[in-house]
Amino acid sequence: MNRAITPDSLMPYIGTALLIIAGSFFFPQILTFDYLTQQLQIAAFLGLLATGATIVILLGHIDLSVPWVLTGAAILSTALVGSGDPLLTALAVPAALAFGALIGIVNGIGVAVLRIPSMVWTLAINSILLGLAVLNTGGFNPKGEASPLMVSMASGRVLGLPMSFLIWMAVCAVITLFLTRTPFGRYLRSIGYNEKATFLSGVSTPSVVFAAFALAGMCSAMGGVLLAGYANQAYQSMGDPFLLPTIAAVVIGGTSILGGRGGLFGTVGGALFITLLTSILSVMQIGDAWKSIVFGVIILAMLLFQTMRKGAHA
Amino acid sequence: MLDYIRSNRREVIAAIVLLVLLSLYLGTHPRGASTYVLTIWANQCLILGLAAIAQFFAVVVRGIDLSVGAVMALTNTLASHLLDGSAIGIGFGIVAVLAAGAACGLVNGLVVVYGRIQPIVVTLATASIFIGVALMLRPTPGGAINYDLADAVTLDVFGVPTALVLSGLLIFAFWIPFRRTGLGLGLYALGSSEQAAFQSGMDTRLIRIAAFTLAGLFGGVAGLYYSFVTTTGDAGIAANFTLNSIAAVVLGGVLLRGGVGSLVGAMAGAFILKTIASLMFFSGIPSLAQPLFEGLILAAAIAVGGADVLRARNRLEVFGR
Repeated sequence: MNRAITPDSLMPYIGTALLIIAGSFFFPQILTFDYLTQQLQIAAFLGLLATGATIVILLGHIDLSVPWVLTGAAILSTALVGSGDPLLTALAVPAALAFGALIGIVNGIGVAVLRIPSMVWTLAINSILLGLAVLNTGGFNPKGEASPLMVSMASGRVLGLPMSFLIWMAVCAVITLFLTRTPFGRYLRSIGYNEKATFLSGVSTPSVVFAAFALAGMCSAMGGVLLAGYANQAYQSMGDPFLLPTIAAVVIGGTSILGGRGGLFGTVGGALFITLLTSILSVMQIGDAWKSIVFGVIILAMLLFQTMRKGAHA
Repeated sequence: MLDYIRSNRREVIAAIVLLVLLSLYLGTHPRGASTYVLTIWANQCLILGLAAIAQFFAVVVRGIDLSVGAVMALTNTLASHLLDGSAIGIGFGIVAVLAAGAACGLVNGLVVVYGRIQPIVVTLATASIFIGVALMLRPTPGGAINYDLADAVTLDVFGVPTALVLSGLLIFAFWIPFRRTGLGLGLYALGSSEQAAFQSGMDTRLIRIAAFTLAGLFGGVAGLYYSFVTTTGDAGIAANFTLNSIAAVVLGGVLLRGGVGSLVGAMAGAFILKTIASLMFFSGIPSLAQPLFEGLILAAAIAVGGADVLRARNRLEVFGR
């Protein structure tokens, strides 16, 4: 029914391989184990966010509250650790995940019960979270620090592989299981295709929407926890630069922005591709202006290639 | 009159809300309802209003334009290079700035129509390109705009803020005649049902390209007006304006599923959004709590304005929307 590996979802992997090969001509250090594993570590941050975004996009919606769910989770977890209390320190990560799930459910209520377009509702939730963060921290950088657990989740290594990458893969594996082996996954895609028909077949569509947004919120919160562990602190608007690359990673991975079609396999490739592209553009030391232009052109070219390939077969 | 109100329900509600907010604002402002206060308010509102109009043209054909802010950044930085010097130079400069905006929109439209990619993704990618070009034109904020010209369009005419005069001109000299043209009608036809529009013999491709070009053109006008108000070029303005323009059109009763709403509504939504922000400033709410209140009001306004569920006659009807 839904094959996990489609030509579309292979595209970013091919792109990643081409980037590595082309890049290594100019910068031989790209082919070292250190550089590549470091890219995996950094890709995990974007990858976790994109994993959550994939779930929501499969549903036919979009989640624009990612930046401040991420920042909120980071502020919450570092503040709990910063309190110095061992119990609160232990609760930092679960509390951040619960926060993500809670915001996800609020998003789901607006979308499924009030029927407000997800694009504006999640945008409004995003600005409310921004307001809460400003009120809470007084507009300064929030106090607090990352716990040893958070630091090792973000920067630790197991068997030479970055811990953050392994966490990302584990989350992907669990969610892929949900998407392919449970009714939830089937309902999610069928809502993406046709919500009315899904509702008429007796599916409680609101609960699927709640669950999807809650999962996405937890993914964003997990990304926030890892980023806070990576930087050993939380800072205002740390999530803002991630919103658009997250959506880009999902769509170049072959997931249709209209919902229903696609999957996590492509998203993983998309996150790897975008991380590597950003990194190589930085290594090349070209200015921000060109970086931005090249980034846009390459994303557009990949999307055009996907539709042209389909046009040739149709 | 009653019929008019009934057929333009969304705009009328938006206009009433705006009037209430504006009188609250003028009532709480320490300097009261003076031309000076009104002028500053109107200038800020018109910038977002123009951005919202750009967004409206994309949304009404069932698209969305995430590059509105980027087009504004590009045209703003371009204007900061071209709009100083001789009168003829400035004249050409204005034409060049508007042409640049329209060209950005044309690119969006062509890729959407011939590349068959969803507008949200196309404009996401082109926004990155436009911001890159803007950064190239102005790596750091700076540049200058001719002060005489800037004063002429941002102060007041016989006590009426020029921005309000321009808004009136936009509505009466552009929108009302435009709405009656074939293209004006085509936009709504395409947004309501692409299939029906196509089967009635409309050139749906041309209409969609035209809609995105108009969106780019108005993004350019917004960037130009922003330049007149701030008299500098700044490539970093994109993100805020894109998101606010979406919020503004929704507040103004334009439906994201296309075919419903008007330019007047989009402008009203933008004016409401800006007035809320200005109102906060003098409301006595602690400054740290203001962003939270702005967010809450935005969410509440969208929940009330966008909640079609309240008008649905049965549960199935909400899914069709």
